[in-house]
Amino acid sequence: MPLLYSSKVMKHFLNPKNMGKIKNADGIGKVGNLTCGDVMWLYIKVGKNKSGKEIIKDIKFETFGCVAALATSSAITELAKGQTLDKALKINRAEIVKSLGGLPLIKIHCSVLAADALEEAIYDYLKKNKKEIPLELQKKHEISLKSKESIEHRYHDWTNLEEKIHKKKN
Amino acid sequence: MPKTKKTVYLDYAATTPVDPQVLKAMLPYFSIRFGNSMSLHALGQEAKSALEQSRKQIANIIGAKTSEIVFTGSASESNNLAIKGVAFANKDRGQHIIISAIEHPCIMQSAAFLEKHAGFTITRLKVDKFGQVSPADVAKAITKETILVSIMHANNEFGTIEPIAKIGQICRDKGVLFHTDASQTFGKLLIDVNKMGIDLLTASSHKIYGPKGAACLYIRSGIGIEPILHGGSQEFNRRASTVNVPAIVGFAKAATIYVKRMATENKRLTSLRDKLIKGVLSRISRSRLNGHPKLRLANNANFSFDFVEGESIILSLDALGIAASTGSACSSDKLEPSHALLAIGLRIEQAHGSLRLTLGRWTTEKDINYVLKVLPKVINNLRRISPFKK
Repeated sequence: MPLLYSSKVMKHFLNPKNMGKIKNADGIGKVGNLTCGDVMWLYIKVGKNKSGKEIIKDIKFETFGCVAALATSSAITELAKGQTLDKALKINRAEIVKSLGGLPLIKIHCSVLAADALEEAIYDYLKKNKKEIPLELQKKHEISLKSKESIEHRYHDWTNLEEKIHKKKN
Repeated sequence: MPKTKKTVYLDYAATTPVDPQVLKAMLPYFSIRFGNSMSLHALGQEAKSALEQSRKQIANIIGAKTSEIVFTGSASESNNLAIKGVAFANKDRGQHIIISAIEHPCIMQSAAFLEKHAGFTITRLKVDKFGQVSPADVAKAITKETILVSIMHANNEFGTIEPIAKIGQICRDKGVLFHTDASQTFGKLLIDVNKMGIDLLTASSHKIYGPKGAACLYIRSGIGIEPILHGGSQEFNRRASTVNVPAIVGFAKAATIYVKRMATENKRLTSLRDKLIKGVLSRISRSRLNGHPKLRLANNANFSFDFVEGESIILSLDALGIAASTGSACSSDKLEPSHALLAIGLRIEQAHGSLRLTLGRWTTEKDINYVLKVLPKVINNLRRISPFKK
């Protein structure tokens, strides 16, 4: 049967990996796409490997978006898990698209969103821990920041609602 | 019915399967009666006679004269012909056209074309939260320059039925032409072009179990209209192209069958639709019905679900054997949410989570029960992935 998406995309979509939230995450990347309205939140927990290098020990995502957005979120968590931070920062949209067996042209921007979310999560970790931030990452962060403000404004009611519920629970 | 294996098809507003009786009526015109309706020999005249018989059947349904029906290749073509054809033929009388903000893209884009390339002024009337155009707004918007008002009979996305008889009366009183796009209603709702003050009307074949590739435009006698396809003298010099006789025969047959069943089918569909609407709203939190609660097409249910996106809903349902549609930006080629959903006041993120379920001849109560069973699970699953939780 002909389908819009590759079987790998559908696999990730129907059975997403690493879905959910990490409590006390070391870094959180919150990004959104202004054109289509999709929103992706990525959480990372940082640890060290045997040679003492910092790695992404755990990673989870929460995404509001289309099939491609959900599948790219799931795919990037699989690509990034266990990687050193340096290597994780090198994951680009091409790699994500390749790991999914391709994406329709109009959905390529979803893979960009996933790569941005990971960068933002790592940036957040480095910043919080007062570590050196690579120049390129700093530049990308500033670009992400601009769209983030508009997205936050758009979803203000929904995020507020969530915070309210959390306060009630605590 | 040619029911594909186990699919619960709930996208009848997108298109319908061809009724087997319709297909049977069409088949001879592909082979043994293949003539060109413009040819003078017997084969040609045989096709011509089938064409004219079909024209008569369609005309009868809306109370028109046969000479007032022009067959086209699609409802989009009919709408293009209505808007551009009337505009070009009547531009000396005025250059103002009124449409609504929820028209089908083929009306919106035809109007935008005239605005951009021919100096026309377009008024796009707002609708209320249920998607209705106010007749008073139409009256207010008409100026000395107005030559045409085009308001759809029922909206294709959320199914709201527009007060077109009232609008037709206003247009008639003010001497302005009135066109209605009846793609979603022709054959399904009673239409009388004279009683309703309609000067031009678009009707479609593939929404009523007829084939794709056939539609028509009713044009009241005496109305000037410039063709948009130039060439031969087919269709009273109003639409050049070799006539698609098999499709038109099918269109007329489908319309005749649908009209006969209209009352019972509307009753059956309304009851299934209401069960679906009630069931969805009571089972799924933060869900809402889009469109008018009562004045809506018998087969249309359109919902919005907070925190989730439409394409994800569609493909989750598809994996469970349910075919539906959405007005989400993610499902459009332009990455823009449905203009009609935004026009009824939905915010972008609400249009994002919209789901249209449209019922038809082969929809059963079992199908509705199945949807009510699986849809809440689909929405909950997607909400678990969403950063915005209930």
